[in-house]
Amino acid sequence: SKMKLILIFSALFGVSLGLETFVGHQVLRIKTRNEDEVKKLQLLESLEHLELDFWINPSSPALPVDVRIPANSVQAVKAFLESHGIWYSILVEDLQVVLDKEKQDMACSQQRERSSNSFNYGTYHTLDDIYAELDHLASEYSNIVSKLQIGESYEKRPLYVLKFSTGGSNRPAIWIDAGIHSREWVTQASAIWIAKKIASDYGADPSITSLLNKMDIFLLTVSNPDGYVFTHTTNRMWRKTRSKNQGSLCVGVDPNRNWDAGFGGPGASSNPCSDSYRGPSASSEVEVKSVVNFIKNHGNIQAFLTLHSYSQLLMYPYGYKCTEPADYAELNALGKAAASSIRSLYGTTFTVGSICTTIYQASGGSIDWSYDNGIKYSFAFELRDTGRYGFLLPATQIIPTAEETWLGLKTIMEHVRDNSY
Amino acid sequence: DIDGVGQKYHLELVLEDVLDKDSTVNCTAEVLYHLGNNIPPDVQFAIAGELKNAEAADNIFYNRIKSLEKELVAENIPDSRGNVSPEMEPVHLLAWVASGYVIWQNSTENTKFQLAQIKRVKQVKRRDEYLEFDYTILLHEMVSQEIIPWQMTVLWHPQHSVQVTQDSRQPKHA
Repeated sequence: SKMKLILIFSALFGVSLGLETFVGHQVLRIKTRNEDEVKKLQLLESLEHLELDFWINPSSPALPVDVRIPANSVQAVKAFLESHGIWYSILVEDLQVVLDKEKQDMACSQQRERSSNSFNYGTYHTLDDIYAELDHLASEYSNIVSKLQIGESYEKRPLYVLKFSTGGSNRPAIWIDAGIHSREWVTQASAIWIAKKIASDYGADPSITSLLNKMDIFLLTVSNPDGYVFTHTTNRMWRKTRSKNQGSLCVGVDPNRNWDAGFGGPGASSNPCSDSYRGPSASSEVEVKSVVNFIKNHGNIQAFLTLHSYSQLLMYPYGYKCTEPADYAELNALGKAAASSIRSLYGTTFTVGSICTTIYQASGGSIDWSYDNGIKYSFAFELRDTGRYGFLLPATQIIPTAEETWLGLKTIMEHVRDNSY
Repeated sequence: DIDGVGQKYHLELVLEDVLDKDSTVNCTAEVLYHLGNNIPPDVQFAIAGELKNAEAADNIFYNRIKSLEKELVAENIPDSRGNVSPEMEPVHLLAWVASGYVIWQNSTENTKFQLAQIKRVKQVKRRDEYLEFDYTILLHEMVSQEIIPWQMTVLWHPQHSVQVTQDSRQPKHA
């Protein structure tokens, strides 16, 4: 019947497509120096029997020419180029090898995702997905990781902190937080990567192992969950909390102007519509109050490290005043050492200094509060980049950013471990 | 500090090609901020060397836009995750150049602006050889941390420099 014939033909067609292979095909990148060389390549392009597949066609000496060459034309094309002194390099030695590997990788990652709920650290996630991963880490590394709730946001979302501990009772601890400003997406993304790193490095990396044998680490991956959800659903550029302001249509308080450190001073706005609105009073925001309470109740926090983006800065107090902190020398030296560690990985440069001298005077900031409350090692990081993408940092930069930031954090934590006070 | 006039800064900087990190050129500049901050700062500069020739890429982009059947319209460049499609990259770069002018005209010693995002861009049909784009951009001002919507009309042709023929600050949403 006709249907059967159609089926047979389409099956044969499908099979013949599947049989196309790229064994021995090479991809060359050709760099022409002048119009004459471009014309020669265009001549080559016209020779249909060579079956050349130009990924970038010859058009101008300013642009490279990429071309896929079937196995049996490779020698002829190279001879042609060489005889005319045209420069080329081999981008791909054997295209089929690349394709086979790609297929294998895709099958592998699909299988991994199906079998173990694998979290992709190199992409941006919703709050729900991040929260699910916190649970996953706490269960997979239950010997050292536990999840605590330290409070609730304005819109009643839980504030979850991961505790990394090998035991003891109220050991000296390091506090790390991210995402207090919700639009700074690379910070929440880096924090969850860092969580995984700490958990998996215990027992494998001598430095982290010795650190966790003496101290605990507390990590708040999403300090401002209401804001974070809002950046996903409504306004990617939202910075503040989502609390209602009495007598105003404008929503939200800048949580990093709301701490009890020089509160009400310069560098924070009294206008609820402003992105740096300090709030009606210090710690008015539940997101801030919850952290304040946790830290005060713990009583043994030795370092307070907070992640922001962007600008590539590593800063210590003060922001609310432009005078040096008492520990200026030590903090500056430690900051420089941390910046050096960060730079060692991908060459990313961070500027080190106090908040006031490095960016601007800003009152009510978290590290000023922590420092004035006895936590000597108080640092604020501004992660990548310096403005090209700003808040909209491409996901491909998440893991490199997390990796280099981790080296900076580690330098500081190692110093804290070795200099308890 | 120049009495009765304003503050003058002498700068030595290195310009780096955004598309080719290894391509750099030295630059010196003088910036004069006027007292009162209600006129844009004066800028004088000198470049020691040549900027890379982008003629080929310019022409490819120009011809591509000229040959579109319908006027180009796009939103959110980059998107929330920082993605810019290859076709939109020149539109993004054009906005970046044009926003430089807007930033210059609105800068004081207490501002630091960056282009945060193109919210919307619409090509405006023209009878002459120029390309015209109506952009709504978001500028991020570092000191106040505000995100400021700004409209700008941009004119461009490969053989002419970028022009911002009209621009205006837009009201912020609540």
